[in-house]
Amino acid sequence: MSETHTIVRVSGVTRTFRMGKVEVQALKGVDLKIKQGEYLSIMGPSGSGKSTLFNMIGGLDKPTTGKVFIDEVDIAQLDAFELAWLRNRKIGYIFQTFNLIQVMTALENITLPMIFAGMPNDEAVEKGLKLLELVGLGKRHNHKPQELSGGQQQRVAVARSLANDPAIILADEPTGNLDLTTGEEIIALMQELSEKRGVTIITATHDYKMLSASDRVVWIEDGRIKKIESRDQLNITIGGIDAH
Amino acid sequence: MKHGGDGLVFGGGGPDQSVTRAVVLPFRKSVEISVKSLKVRFFRNLITALSLALAVSFVTFVFVTTDTAQGLFESGKPALLDMLRHAGYDVSPGVTAVGGGPKERWIVALSLLVCAVGIVNAQLMAVTERFREIGTMKCLGALDQFILRLFLLEAAMQGVAGSFLGAIFGGLAAVLTGLIRYGSAAATHLSWSAAGLSVLEATGIGLALSLAGVLYPAIVAARMRPVEAMRVEE
Ligand SMILES: Nc1ncnc2c1ncn2[C@@H]1O[C@H](COP(=O)(O)OP(=O)(O)OP(=O)(O)O)[C@@H](O)[C@H]1O
Ligand SMILES: [Mg+2]
Repeated sequence: MSETHTIVRVSGVTRTFRMGKVEVQALKGVDLKIKQGEYLSIMGPSGSGKSTLFNMIGGLDKPTTGKVFIDEVDIAQLDAFELAWLRNRKIGYIFQTFNLIQVMTALENITLPMIFAGMPNDEAVEKGLKLLELVGLGKRHNHKPQELSGGQQQRVAVARSLANDPAIILADEPTGNLDLTTGEEIIALMQELSEKRGVTIITATHDYKMLSASDRVVWIEDGRIKKIESRDQLNITIGGIDAH
Repeated sequence: MKHGGDGLVFGGGGPDQSVTRAVVLPFRKSVEISVKSLKVRFFRNLITALSLALAVSFVTFVFVTTDTAQGLFESGKPALLDMLRHAGYDVSPGVTAVGGGPKERWIVALSLLVCAVGIVNAQLMAVTERFREIGTMKCLGALDQFILRLFLLEAAMQGVAGSFLGAIFGGLAAVLTGLIRYGSAAATHLSWSAAGLSVLEATGIGLALSLAGVLYPAIVAARMRPVEAMRVEE
């Protein structure tokens, strides 16, 4: 495994939304390289374009101009089947609003991506239970999302994102709807995944707690990257924030 | 457990990469998910199914009433023909089959149309409510056709159940009305195979109606990009 392998490359990406006659440019030309196994945080104020960039990287939306490469493959070139396969096997998504399927139990939510991947049911259930164990919810497998707290739902979502051993986990404000301690637990969980499993983690956030876990932080403002800081540069910045 | 981040995303492709890149949803699993969704929204689905049952029972009633009259007509007994004439059927010499006039056919078609509009409306609402669920499924790797299949399966199950109950009810009502109108002769001369066929036919119409009603909303939903679907507030 080469440490320098670039797993995601964003090249000159812009995204314009048209609402009636008004055009909103959410991304104004973003270039970014993300290394395999890296824990990267995308920071920025509300409306700066974090979610938009997140959706581009995850293949959930298409850039107006520019390209997103995953493993040097331009994802705009993928057909519907390959795109579904990419979402299913190679990327795990975690959302601010958890987005569990309400009619399914915790376990069923986790096994669904495995079923899509063609795994036999028994095997999927076995692995699903292990993943629930991993996020500390082994006993809650039969509960529906409404019967779980926000933090517990997000744990289920983390477990679900791991279902098919993805190379990349994309998390858009995973702690946005959680209280301080629960948020920290989720962050610790993701950091552990990045370290122990070598999963590339990309999170969009405006939560300063996320920073200490990150290898690099990308500061984005008004649709552009303002600066990129690595962990050692960061300690200084965080010190500054902690002061007030 | 396997290491997640060690492989390239697209790299290391063997010759049969296209095979390993398939996403699947086995039929049994589709049925399981559909049944679950139907159960969770039981009350709402019951109402949709009931409106379908109502239309189908009316259609069956009309069909089986005609079957009953036809049975009496084919018996050829003057007393029975007299009764038919009293009931308003045309039994003059040369007529080979009795049946509802064009007016009756219009009423049947209209009732089906009204029902179809109701179903499309109900399904549009039901599908809109599930945009987020659909978007989530697509993020997990679902293909458009999976979403479509789930909705069609749900509509089919709902359609068959509602239509069949409605058809049985409408058929029984027609037979009872026949007994009241013409006495026991109505039952003895009724061709039960014709009546059974009418029930099946009406059930089929109901199923087709249910599927047609869900098709447009389901296609719209299945085609949505995940982001669009997930932006919708719940
Ligand atoms: N579908 C859309 N249609 C129109 N405008 C959009 C759409 N999605 C995003 N935008 C606009 O693009 C800009 C960036 O939005 P984005 O959601 O990426 O911000 P964000 O950084 O994630 O903010 P937050 O921290 O509040 O989640 C905003 O001005 C927003 O109004
Ligand atoms: Mg956002």
